[in-house]
Amino acid sequence: MNLDFSDDQKFLQDEAKKFFDKEGGLSNARAVMDNSLEGDEKLWRKIIELGWTGIRIPEAYEGLGLGHLELCVVAEELGRSLAPVPFSSSVYFFTEALIKFGNEEIKSDLLPKLVSGEVVGTYGIAEDTHQATESNLSVTVTSENITGVKIAVPDAGVASHMILVVKSKSGADLRLVNLEDSSVTITPQKNLDTSRAFFKVEFKDTPSKLLGESGEGWTHIQHLLDQAAVLFAFEQVGGSQAALDMAKAYSMERFAFGRQIGSYQAIKHKLADMYIALTLAKSNCYYGAWALSSESAELPLAAATARVSATKAFQLCSKENIQTHGGNGFTWEYDCHLFYKRSKVLSVLLGSEASWKEKLVSNLEKTNTLAKG
Amino acid sequence: MDFNDTPEQAKFRAKCREWLEANAELKENKSGGHSDSTLEDHLKVAKAWQQKKYEAGWAMLHWPKEYGGIEASPIERIIWGQEEAKFNVPGGIFEIGLGMCGPVMMQYATEEQKDRYLAPMAEGKEIWCQLFSEPAAGSDVAGLRSKAERDGDDWIINGQKVWTSGAHYSDYGILVVRHDPDVAKHKGLTFFFVDMKSPGITVKPIKQITGQAGTGAGFNEVYFDDVRIPDSQRLGEIGDGWKVAITTLMNERLAVGDAKGSDIEEALILSKTKDDAGEAMIKNDSVREKLADWFCEANGLKYTKFRTISALSKGEAPGPEASITKIVSANKLQEIGNFGIDSGDMAGMLIDENDGVSSFQGAWLGAPGLRIAGGTDEILRNVIAERVLGLPQDPRADKGIAFKDIPTKA
Repeated sequence: MNLDFSDDQKFLQDEAKKFFDKEGGLSNARAVMDNSLEGDEKLWRKIIELGWTGIRIPEAYEGLGLGHLELCVVAEELGRSLAPVPFSSSVYFFTEALIKFGNEEIKSDLLPKLVSGEVVGTYGIAEDTHQATESNLSVTVTSENITGVKIAVPDAGVASHMILVVKSKSGADLRLVNLEDSSVTITPQKNLDTSRAFFKVEFKDTPSKLLGESGEGWTHIQHLLDQAAVLFAFEQVGGSQAALDMAKAYSMERFAFGRQIGSYQAIKHKLADMYIALTLAKSNCYYGAWALSSESAELPLAAATARVSATKAFQLCSKENIQTHGGNGFTWEYDCHLFYKRSKVLSVLLGSEASWKEKLVSNLEKTNTLAKG
Repeated sequence: MDFNDTPEQAKFRAKCREWLEANAELKENKSGGHSDSTLEDHLKVAKAWQQKKYEAGWAMLHWPKEYGGIEASPIERIIWGQEEAKFNVPGGIFEIGLGMCGPVMMQYATEEQKDRYLAPMAEGKEIWCQLFSEPAAGSDVAGLRSKAERDGDDWIINGQKVWTSGAHYSDYGILVVRHDPDVAKHKGLTFFFVDMKSPGITVKPIKQITGQAGTGAGFNEVYFDDVRIPDSQRLGEIGDGWKVAITTLMNERLAVGDAKGSDIEEALILSKTKDDAGEAMIKNDSVREKLADWFCEANGLKYTKFRTISALSKGEAPGPEASITKIVSANKLQEIGNFGIDSGDMAGMLIDENDGVSSFQGAWLGAPGLRIAGGTDEILRNVIAERVLGLPQDPRADKGIAFKDIPTKA
């Protein structure tokens, strides 16, 4: 039994933690928020220099040629520091889509540029206020050209390329577009967490390339969502841990009625519940990491479990961190709101908690028996 | 990451498996066991199985070699436990002795006493119990009031213990009592072992909310009326009772695991098969939401355990993650039992004439006890907050004052 990361992976995680601390930790997210930026360019350049955008890119395309587990440990540290960079969009989604579904021409053109930072990718799924399904897609491809609107597209302001799922003659396609094409209009959309930027992206006869099989776009995007759910769950766990650590530190230094507030059971039990939620989420993430890295058929179930569990943990830890801080927690000055807002954005970014619970139970419905541990 | 044994672990597992296959029968289903037999039959079968294990060297794996163990590593104990659980063999009788009483005897008893008591304990010839909790001392067990008074070479014990598992069939027990009420709470305690057949000991089974009493490893009240214990049966110094008790409680913490009973598998099977106004319950959105929540908890606990085992497997000290196990599993058990009963609508409350309580009804009846035994939900949250997260202890109203002056009522 070895449900743990290797020493090399732990070393990488430690390096990532030190890196984000050294680069300013939460102050980067705060600076992006305070100055209405689209991301922290300097931090992003340094991440590219470290080679992390190429963690999963094979050495033949100038990447590091490592596995998903290395990505998991870096994701946890991105989540802990709330790093305001397009890493998740470009690495968890875009790069994975090219590795899995891109043809040789696309891969040899774009993968090396993702390593060097010349190309930044993102993804588009949502089109309206309702949940996207295979049958309600309105963005359409006709003879390789795309027309329609995607909303809540992360990082489109800094991205050069995008993958998106669109309606096609044969059902749904997964397609690749160059956002620098003149037919594309990108408009910022205000959102709850201004340490991250989201955009409306309009296509008018925009040239595109097919990824994977025509008509299989919905299946392809579901696979990418499952993979990304595990990686985002690690970000959520990192964020949960940071929020719990912050609540703990404050409960030790703040006095009320002549003693540390952390000595009251009302606070202790709150923090214990945060620890319980975090521990369950983390263990579910390990299961997800195993399923992701071993390309297991259990990935859809493991991803949904990690996703739901980590979403609950981060929302609980971030809101109870504010509560532990009392009035201070409600100010702009204290960092509590950074976690609260990021937890909300992460909880809907890949689809709502309810939709992932539905995926989880649909997968349970398909299985006849469950392995008992 | 993988779920495989190392080559040595696989070898040890094969050895366990080989012996078990030669000496016991595989369970045909998960619910197989000896629950229908009388207490006498169960004890007879359990003692015979323990004797068999003892002769083959499987009875007390973690004990030191000098006392007949094989000094098995934690991972080897886990492997043995996993394999033994697949076989239809009796359990639940010797764990307190081997897990708690044995180690405390090894540490504090004389050589003569060890020679006399340890082997029969390991062989299953003599059964041991633990006498700590009292009617007025549960979570605050150091607040116990049973008295020990010195009389020559003996001590005279008066008082009452409660929640003593297996006292009704035990031969010996370990006991902590108060020899001095004039000093602070933790300082006035002394630790003994006692012959449960001593004059003055009365054992009364506790009728629990399940309506059951004295069956299997049931709970008891134990009354002490002028019970004489020779000073030679004192374990540790006079006044060191709390220190000795803590050692045994640490061993208990290792032993307390998942709440057994209806889990997500059973809820899922029920949801798929049980009809709810024309379609399977699992088609109901509120049921689906509950199943998702329970699966996240059950799966989270399963892989939490795997993380602990992984650390032990590498010879490392596990992290504190296992501290969440009982809180999560006992509460989940209560919810799933409740769900199973509700699924029957008005018939859910009825008890089957032939089969007795269903497993869901049993889970619902038993879960309140599991949320209390071995540390209440509230105490366990304190433990997580104080020992795992490092938060300060509550100020204590009983600190630094003589035990007799500690307030006991408003």
